[in-house]
Amino acid sequence: MIWFQLQSLMGSYPLALRGLGMTIALSGISLVLGTILGFAFGVLRTSGSRLLDSAIGLWVDLIRGTPFLVQIFLIFFILPELGVELDAFTAGIIALTNLAACFICEIVAAGIRSVPTGQVEAALASGLSQWQRMRQVVLPQAMRVSLPPLVGQYVLLIKDSSVVSAIGLTDLTRVGWLVVQRVPNGLLVFAIVGIGYFAVCYPLILLARRLERRMSAAHGEVQL
Amino acid sequence: MLENFSFRTIVEYLPLFGQGFAATLWLSIVSFAGALAVGIILCAMNLQRSRLLQLPAKIYIDAIRATPLLAQLYFLYFGLPRLGVVLPELFVGILALALNSGAYIAEIIRAGILSISRGQVEAGIASGMTYSQRMRLVILPQAIRVTIPPLLGQAIVLVKDSALLSLISVAELTRAGQLLASDRFMPAEGFVTTAACYLVLYYGLKSLAAFSARWLGVRPIGSRT
Repeated sequence: MIWFQLQSLMGSYPLALRGLGMTIALSGISLVLGTILGFAFGVLRTSGSRLLDSAIGLWVDLIRGTPFLVQIFLIFFILPELGVELDAFTAGIIALTNLAACFICEIVAAGIRSVPTGQVEAALASGLSQWQRMRQVVLPQAMRVSLPPLVGQYVLLIKDSSVVSAIGLTDLTRVGWLVVQRVPNGLLVFAIVGIGYFAVCYPLILLARRLERRMSAAHGEVQL
Repeated sequence: MLENFSFRTIVEYLPLFGQGFAATLWLSIVSFAGALAVGIILCAMNLQRSRLLQLPAKIYIDAIRATPLLAQLYFLYFGLPRLGVVLPELFVGILALALNSGAYIAEIIRAGILSISRGQVEAGIASGMTYSQRMRLVILPQAIRVTIPPLLGQAIVLVKDSALLSLISVAELTRAGQLLASDRFMPAEGFVTTAACYLVLYYGLKSLAAFSARWLGVRPIGSRT
């Protein structure tokens, strides 16, 4: 019985591979775009403009306060009504990029705020331009604080990408859903789906832990 | 589309959203209570010296954290009947939420306990306290203080995660939005109302977390919620 099912599952091998590819493509593209946007928003948030700060803060709150599933539905079903033609893949990319940008913005902003003001003042006193100050003084130090939570956030976002299966995108979770209609063994099918995600996420979890340990070790050195 | 945004239809569906809101609220509370129980057990196992207890807890926590909730939900939804356990969708959903959040809560409690300085433990030992006295009288009262704000943060995550239960047709808030969207072909009205209801829960829990952090004199929750 189980042998028969395994054989039947082997037939779904190409489909599973396509699903994994879709999950990786979707998360990869969104994470790159989201990181760029998130850094831009994070820098803007700490730039000193009250208006920008509260506008970005409000948007971040709206996104963080609603389920990702509802955001996907809003984008997928409402943008077409506004005359924007989009397929499920584009909708998924938009939703996931937006989500990533909001979370990363907060991480980057927290990192920038953690840099002592003395550093900024020293940069000012050395006559560095605003751009130089950001790039050469503030961001490198902010990165050290931001990197561990950033990697942890990537894991959460890769997992969130499974939710786009709700609008019919054939990612890893959707493949599991399709296969389970044919091979009625949910435990086996979704255990395999889980292994797929685990293979992508677990190395990142380990990396985040290592970075965190390194960070706290470095802190210990400074504080003594 | 926006010019004929129909508030009238929303008002018409308001009772449905009320039911959905109540359902999301109580199923989140039940799941959170379950998650606390799972988290406490996992954390207790994880803090033992015996590897036999520690290892299963560690494997469970890592397995949950490295896989999406939706896959876990489907695992139970399609998998439990296979084991001869046929539960209503609602119970499957609550079970999935509790098992998932439990792993995160175990880590939150563990971080809280480990944040208590070594000196406190040593003072307990020096006063001749047993392990359970030390835990009960010295460590836990202090650890609970620092864990409350992150636990509320996890509650926010859980409420949002509960939206996924609509995908196994549990009647809750997101399902109410889906019904309005599909019955009347009004996705904007449906999902904007749904989002607004979640925001009420989010801002409520968020201010509760901020208030508790201030009241307990600990650091407010971070950005991961």
